[in-house]
Amino acid sequence: MSAPTELLNVQIDGVWHQFPKGTRVIEACRRVGKFIPHYCYHPKLSSPGNCRMCLIEMGMPKPGPDRKPELGADGRPVISWIPRPQISCAQDIAEGMAIRTDSPLAKECRNGVMEFLLINHPLDCPICDQAGECHLQEYSVEFGTASSRFLEEKVKKPKHVELGPRVTLDDERCILCSRCIRFMKEIAHDDVLGFVSRGSYTYLTAYPNKRLDSNYSLNTVDICPVGALTSTDFRFKMRVWFLKETNSICTSCATGCNTLIGTRQNVVYRQTPRENNDVNSSWMCDYGRLNFHYLNSPERLQKPQIREKEALVNSNWKSALARAGEELRKFVNGRIALIASARMTNEELWLTKRLIASLGIVDHDVVPRRGEADQILLSADRNPNTLGAQLFGITNENPGAKLSEITEKVRSGSIRAIIALGEDLTDIELTTDDLKKLSLIVATGILPSETTRHATVLLPGSAFAEKRGSMINSKGRLQRLNRAVQAPGEARDDWEILRDLIQQLTGTNGIYLIEDVFRQIADAIPEMKGLSLSKISDKGVSLAEEAEETTKATASI
Amino acid sequence: MASTVRTPHPREKRIIFRNIDRPGWTNDIDCYLRDGGYAELKKAFAMKPEQIVNEVKASGLRGRGGAGFPCGVKWGFIKPGGPKPVYLICNADESEPGTFKDRYIIHQDPHQLVEGTIISCYAVNARLAYIYIRGEFPLGAKILERALAEAREHGFLGKNILGSGFDCEIYVHRGAGAYICGEETGLIESMEGKRPYPRIKPPYFPAVLGLYLCPTIVNNVETLCNVKHIVRMGGAEYAKMGRPNNTGTRLLCVSGDVQRPGYYEFEVGGITFGQLIYDICDGLRPGRKLRAVIPGGSSAKVLSVADRYKIKSRQPDGSMLEKEMGLEELPIDFDTLAAAGSMAGSGGVIVMDDSRDMVWALNNINEFYAHESCGQCTPCREGSLWMKKITERMLHGGGTKQDTDTLKSVADNIAGRTICAFGEACSWPTQSFVAKFRDDFVAKSAGKENGTGSH
Repeated sequence: MSAPTELLNVQIDGVWHQFPKGTRVIEACRRVGKFIPHYCYHPKLSSPGNCRMCLIEMGMPKPGPDRKPELGADGRPVISWIPRPQISCAQDIAEGMAIRTDSPLAKECRNGVMEFLLINHPLDCPICDQAGECHLQEYSVEFGTASSRFLEEKVKKPKHVELGPRVTLDDERCILCSRCIRFMKEIAHDDVLGFVSRGSYTYLTAYPNKRLDSNYSLNTVDICPVGALTSTDFRFKMRVWFLKETNSICTSCATGCNTLIGTRQNVVYRQTPRENNDVNSSWMCDYGRLNFHYLNSPERLQKPQIREKEALVNSNWKSALARAGEELRKFVNGRIALIASARMTNEELWLTKRLIASLGIVDHDVVPRRGEADQILLSADRNPNTLGAQLFGITNENPGAKLSEITEKVRSGSIRAIIALGEDLTDIELTTDDLKKLSLIVATGILPSETTRHATVLLPGSAFAEKRGSMINSKGRLQRLNRAVQAPGEARDDWEILRDLIQQLTGTNGIYLIEDVFRQIADAIPEMKGLSLSKISDKGVSLAEEAEETTKATASI
Repeated sequence: MASTVRTPHPREKRIIFRNIDRPGWTNDIDCYLRDGGYAELKKAFAMKPEQIVNEVKASGLRGRGGAGFPCGVKWGFIKPGGPKPVYLICNADESEPGTFKDRYIIHQDPHQLVEGTIISCYAVNARLAYIYIRGEFPLGAKILERALAEAREHGFLGKNILGSGFDCEIYVHRGAGAYICGEETGLIESMEGKRPYPRIKPPYFPAVLGLYLCPTIVNNVETLCNVKHIVRMGGAEYAKMGRPNNTGTRLLCVSGDVQRPGYYEFEVGGITFGQLIYDICDGLRPGRKLRAVIPGGSSAKVLSVADRYKIKSRQPDGSMLEKEMGLEELPIDFDTLAAAGSMAGSGGVIVMDDSRDMVWALNNINEFYAHESCGQCTPCREGSLWMKKITERMLHGGGTKQDTDTLKSVADNIAGRTICAFGEACSWPTQSFVAKFRDDFVAKSAGKENGTGSH
């Protein structure tokens, strides 16, 4: 056990509270419901104290003649108030400290700073992407005035600046809080942003011959409290107040950054990071964030199809599944290979395991995707659920190791049929000629590929934003996907497709809900004992810690 | 530099400026040594560093850069035996409008500064010092570099100085032309190669987390020169000059509407504004009357001749006596000017007669601060330019009835709410001009109704 954190007594707006030593004044106030408005302060970055919006009144215990704090009638220290207002973002609490967040002076400071921030700010909220999630707008309602005393010309600054391939800057909207500069320096380790010029003419820019082209550049858009930094991808696409936000995770690598998927009328418009200090802090990479446009592709597979003579023709689920079951039964006894995907959810992988068992398949693996890790968030493993695929035995400790053997067996003719789950077989070195030689390809997928084009039975599935389920990230954390939009056309949840396939082969299996699938997993896999989809919650659970807890609980019984 | 040689006024007490305009004086080390130069350095090495700190404390020396903070107390913040190196920085970024004293020391008597700096380094155990000189003083920087080279040749800098076992090096660091670099934490950031954004205090008190986050002392040129004389005279003897809590001499830079502007040195509080203007500076221009004085550089609050000031002063028997005085009767010292609602600041005395348009004068000051605000924190960044735009509009006939009140309110929203003292520097002129010469401002903007601006 670590030593208990020392608790300090702090008076906030006349009421005494206790907080652990090391708590920032602004955080202490927030914890007791006294929100202090701020722009430059961000809990994940250094505190420059430049916006001055968080000014409050502060006092310390008045020392008596013996230099010990003088105590009042209530036994609490008598407070000696500092005449100058203090910023609450850069100081830790101290024993006996007193704070006034709502005194006349504190309010006067806030109103004053608010006015200063607005005098040179353009009045272009109607066309500003930040409108609706703008701190300048929000605090204006609380601390601003209806009309302005400013009769002068506003300062003119650069507009429509392409800071990098993904970020567009409007310097006139910038309130010079320096959050973006600090993020790039302290988190992205790519110190390319800075201020130039001076006073009210100061503006943000990239250093000469530098661009904001880091794979983390779009986080600056998230933390920009105003509409200065905008996502080139998202700007002018949708008013943010129309967006429905769904908690999910990014599936572009094994880190599993927690996300919010912003949608309207069944269309995904953006993904933004959702804070999870056990996974991605408050950030995500641009690659993962923007990797969703294929969801809206007109090419999406929308109808089950079956091969009639030479051509794939539209079918319906009942016929397509029956056809798949019928064809698969012809190739038992080692003549079927199964290529699964480490992009599949645990629920899908569990049912895949059952499908493998029911068909007696021995040749199965997943398609690995490797890239370079960047020491920040991006994992070298670009598959989001390799651990899940390993846990359920779809692959082993060396994903993809069996693929060349499978390819050989296809070429030698010993494998006659392949079930391809969301993967394109040309990715495992099979050529279109190899595919033509196969007697049977049962494929699931969301976009057309050589594999879907050569499929005997094509079963359209769902993308990450269109389904529920769970995945295990590279650190062993079990996390949840949630459905943000419906899959297009007649495309179905992949776990349902797999359930129905198994049903074709083995008869009724009693699975009606995804929760039923998870229950089977929890019963069978010791690491997941006692868990359910709802218990995973929005921030996920660490399977290692969970196992420890279970052991402890068992031991205590 | 070819300058008009001026004879000191008989009422001056020249200690720091002893060699300025001295006939036959040159700024090389030979001249300095012939005059007994570096004797105080030798004397200092015979003392322990703590002894020097104690002498400086006993002298009552207050900082000459503007804030008037007791120098010995500042030095006392450096705890001996710490794990990090200690740095000393000489602030030669003399930029406060109306102030032109340090440049004369640098140009004409650089070795006085070098000697004072080495002694101060020894006192606070700094092995490395920098002279941060403003970019607009290229000649001064060259002169200092030559003086440092000479001192190095003579063994006053480098390893084991004069066999004392003390190593010390001093470098000149040139600024790039920004007033904010005179703010000590802005100066430190600038020295670290960054934009000179002043640091927040807490936690960045220079004596704790200064240059490269090491303990650092930042002293003004004149302050460091005084250290040499404190070593020479002893702290107690030095403290006999001036008044209690206002010891030593003070360099005053007089500009504006006087017949004989220039630089002078007096015992602190040894002279009143009336004496300075009429006796020393040969009075105002013919037919003019005194209107106002800015006593300590342009950021100091203006004092009006129409006002009466209640000043308490400590009598020889220790009792306090309150006396009501006019502007011309005020003695020029730290405490009196503070009691009069302004400050002794950097010693820049700006005199204005009755021909001056106060709105013009304030606009002139506002232009400077709007141009020099670093832009780091909101109130100063936005407020300084706003104030300038208002006074400029008033000046050009576009004033409205509400302008005077708006000006004051903008200034009130800056003072006390910024990261550094620039907030006060830019708002005090407006606060004081509007308070003392309200009628002038109202008259400039009479008759026109305010419109409503857009956000």
